[in-house]
Amino acid sequence: MIALSDYLILGAILFAISIAGIFINRKNVIVLLMCVELMLLAVNINFVAFSHFLGDSAGQVFVFFILTVAAAEAAIGLAILVVLFRSKQSINVEDMDALKG
Amino acid sequence: MENIYLTIVLVPLIGAIIAGFFGGTIGRKGAHWVASGGVGISALLSLFVLKRFMFDGEAIFNGPVYTWMVSDGLHMEVGFLVDQLTAVMISVVTFVSFCVHIYTIGYMADDEHNWPKTSLAGRNSYQRFFSYISLFTFSMLMLVMSNNFLQLFFGWEAVGLVSYLLIGFWSVRPTAIFANLKAFLVNRVGDFGFILGIAAIAMYTNSLDYAEVFAKAPGLADTQIQIWGDSSWSLMSVIGILLFIGAMGKSAQVPLHVWLPDSMEGPTPISALIHAATMVTAGIFMVARMSPLYELSETALSFVLIIGATTAFFTGLIGIVQNDIKRVVAYSTLSQLGYMMVALGASAYAAGIFHLMTHAFFKALLFLAAGSVIIGMHHDQDIRNMGGIRKYMPITYWTSLLGSLALIGFPFFSGFFSKDAIIEAVHHSSIAGSTYAYWLVLAGVFVTALYSFRMFFLVFHGEGPRDEHAKEHLHESPKVVTVPLVLLAIPSVFLGYFTIDPMLFGDWFKGVLHVLPEHDTLAAVQEVVHSGNGMLAHTYASPAFYLAMAGLGMAFYIYMINPAIADKVKSIASPIYTLLDKKYWFDEIYQTIFAAGSRGLGKILWLVGDRGLIDGLAVNGSAYSVGWLAAIVRHVQTGYLYHYAIAMILGLLLLLTWFVFL
Amino acid sequence: MTLEKLIFYVLAAVVILAAMMVVTRRNPVHSALFLILAFVACSGIWILAEAEFLAIVLVLVYVGAVMVLFLFVLMMLDIDLAVLRAGFIKMLPLGVVMAVAMAAELILVVRAENFGLDKYAAPARHAADYSNTEEIGSVLYTVYMYPFEIAAVILLVAIIAAIGLTMRKRPDTKYLDPTNQVLVKRDDRVRMVSMDAEKG
Repeated sequence: MIALSDYLILGAILFAISIAGIFINRKNVIVLLMCVELMLLAVNINFVAFSHFLGDSAGQVFVFFILTVAAAEAAIGLAILVVLFRSKQSINVEDMDALKG
Repeated sequence: MENIYLTIVLVPLIGAIIAGFFGGTIGRKGAHWVASGGVGISALLSLFVLKRFMFDGEAIFNGPVYTWMVSDGLHMEVGFLVDQLTAVMISVVTFVSFCVHIYTIGYMADDEHNWPKTSLAGRNSYQRFFSYISLFTFSMLMLVMSNNFLQLFFGWEAVGLVSYLLIGFWSVRPTAIFANLKAFLVNRVGDFGFILGIAAIAMYTNSLDYAEVFAKAPGLADTQIQIWGDSSWSLMSVIGILLFIGAMGKSAQVPLHVWLPDSMEGPTPISALIHAATMVTAGIFMVARMSPLYELSETALSFVLIIGATTAFFTGLIGIVQNDIKRVVAYSTLSQLGYMMVALGASAYAAGIFHLMTHAFFKALLFLAAGSVIIGMHHDQDIRNMGGIRKYMPITYWTSLLGSLALIGFPFFSGFFSKDAIIEAVHHSSIAGSTYAYWLVLAGVFVTALYSFRMFFLVFHGEGPRDEHAKEHLHESPKVVTVPLVLLAIPSVFLGYFTIDPMLFGDWFKGVLHVLPEHDTLAAVQEVVHSGNGMLAHTYASPAFYLAMAGLGMAFYIYMINPAIADKVKSIASPIYTLLDKKYWFDEIYQTIFAAGSRGLGKILWLVGDRGLIDGLAVNGSAYSVGWLAAIVRHVQTGYLYHYAIAMILGLLLLLTWFVFL
Repeated sequence: MTLEKLIFYVLAAVVILAAMMVVTRRNPVHSALFLILAFVACSGIWILAEAEFLAIVLVLVYVGAVMVLFLFVLMMLDIDLAVLRAGFIKMLPLGVVMAVAMAAELILVVRAENFGLDKYAAPARHAADYSNTEEIGSVLYTVYMYPFEIAAVILLVAIIAAIGLTMRKRPDTKYLDPTNQVLVKRDDRVRMVSMDAEKG
């Protein structure tokens, strides 16, 4: 039988990979966004696993909402990206330092 | 009776308000009528109250009139305590005040000359003056009729305020402004002690009401308190001395006496009313009122005695060398206040109050007479310029003579009884310092006679005024001036003889002034002289009488027969003369130490505290430090998204580490 | 090892490998495709966990819509890959260290000792006619009604925001504004000129 810890360890590894992805792809916004999606997936795996093992469908409802928000986030994030590219001709994060103190 | 008491207090206040706020509308005549009328009503009612207490056995009234607030059981209220002491005080205050009001009509008649044409303060100054003196009467009545410490303090500060306003009445004169500021500051020193004393009373008895405090006081007689360190102090001595410091300020006792001579910058009527007859006696009254407290502490009584005796003798000496007519009288007032304090210190409270009463009349008389001379001399106050005025101002001359005789304690005059009673009481006292006090007050009698008649002879006898122009215009003052003189001269002469028996040797003050049997010096005096007549009969045995006569004779010899001797003495004893002329350098010492010292301290505080610490460190410093910190921290804000992301993840990792391992 | 477990490990391996590919591929398009692979494998895992509805939604919504959007944007934008890859090697050790540390700590928490079968027994399988969709629906439309509606509003906001952000006016397009056409007045178009007739 698959144990709860198996699911959780899978989620943890996925999360760690996406963190590594944020580090090494630090200049490419679009890959960063993908890493964020990956993180959300890791979280969702945890939700689903707990929901399954605890017999509580609230966890799945939460995943549903997370998917909703993630979709909205992706849509807006990509829209911003398009606008950004239009004005800067680049999606390099290093070009985005308008917040420099 | 309660309504009468309320009326006595409130009528002068109403007069003051009308004369003060509507002075322009009602005009000079309206103002002096309303103010004098108000005080006149008070005076009549006060005399009525006095009569009720004297002949009809009126019961003592003690009750609240209005409760201001109650805080943790501490009642703060306006209340009256009317007993024999109060009755005497209100009668003296309102009567003298009334005389002064009438006198003022004449004295201030040409007040416009004292103001520059353009001065705004000079407008309606006449009405304002009446408003002030009525307000003073109200304040003084509140003070003496109070039945609690709060109202006492109110009256105390209110008379101080009016005194301040009146000393600086001629606000266009720099000397007047200096004098009133000085009076105010010196009084603050005393009032600081006074309010500390009241606070100590409120703290240990949780009450401000006289009756309650007096009832609880014997239970606190052995209480010791620690003020600082481990040295323990008797509570009653601390309270007594603190309250007395207040009295030292108000009643101008050494070393807080310096303001009184300078207060002569004010118009003469208020010198008579406030700085001779009434306000300065507030301290005497207060100590007498607090007799149940003072009786519990011999230390406090000794303190009072020694301060009083010092004041009585040494300020009298200064009076000998003064040349300003009002200042001579002012130093005489200081000296006489010292006598009253000596009486209180010797537990002869009744004698103190008795002297207060007689002194109020003859000192007011002397001041008003001096004022009359000043009017005649067109506001020249230097006695060296005067002389021979007797011919021109007979009423002033005779009333002055009566006042001076009363002052030096000539037999049968009122001052004789009161001053002799004090001297004898001190003689019988056995507390610490009483011997010192006895010799000083005895010597003071000689000094008093000397300076009184020095002034008298210089002003009224001898060659006429040096200034021929002044001579031409010299004439007797108008009726509004002379009538008060006569009105005051009568009690100055007779009051002592007729009131000494009930007041000192009778039971007039029984139950009002508390004296422990072992302190009862007046009873000891009574065993010797029995009564007023007895005192007169004992005159030959009294050293005071011979000293007074000696002083009088010496003044006569020096200033009438052989004037050259005065200058000779001056040159021979020049160090002493300088010492007296400089008033023991009290003013200089205060100027250098306290005035310059506090200015220096203020400057240091301003430079270090205000500019350095507050402006520099606190205000600008905090702004600078925020800017400095921000300049450093802003480098953290690189603007690069991944820096923020990395920071976030590092934080997450740390948090997780903390969560897992700790 | 049961078949179920085998399937789980295979799918988990696919997810992890795909995720690694996502973060290491040079070309973002490849990354996106590997991400799709990860999603699909993950949905298989969710089916193992009896979350059939979410598994389908993940494929339909994520793979079908969001990832297509990603690919769309990626291909639309002209990205200079060389610049974006700069510093990749430099940051790799730090990224790996961080990832390993994070994974180690997380696994320390969620290891079998804490969340093993002895602590959380595997639930019994549902009956064949059990509907996961029906169960989620019955909860979503009752207990989570308000959050559901708010989620709907969020989606609406996202739609409007995305359109609002990317919409722009292009001055070079031949475009007529019907409003202006309708609002035209006579005075805008006709100018009355009075002039003397020329003498012929």
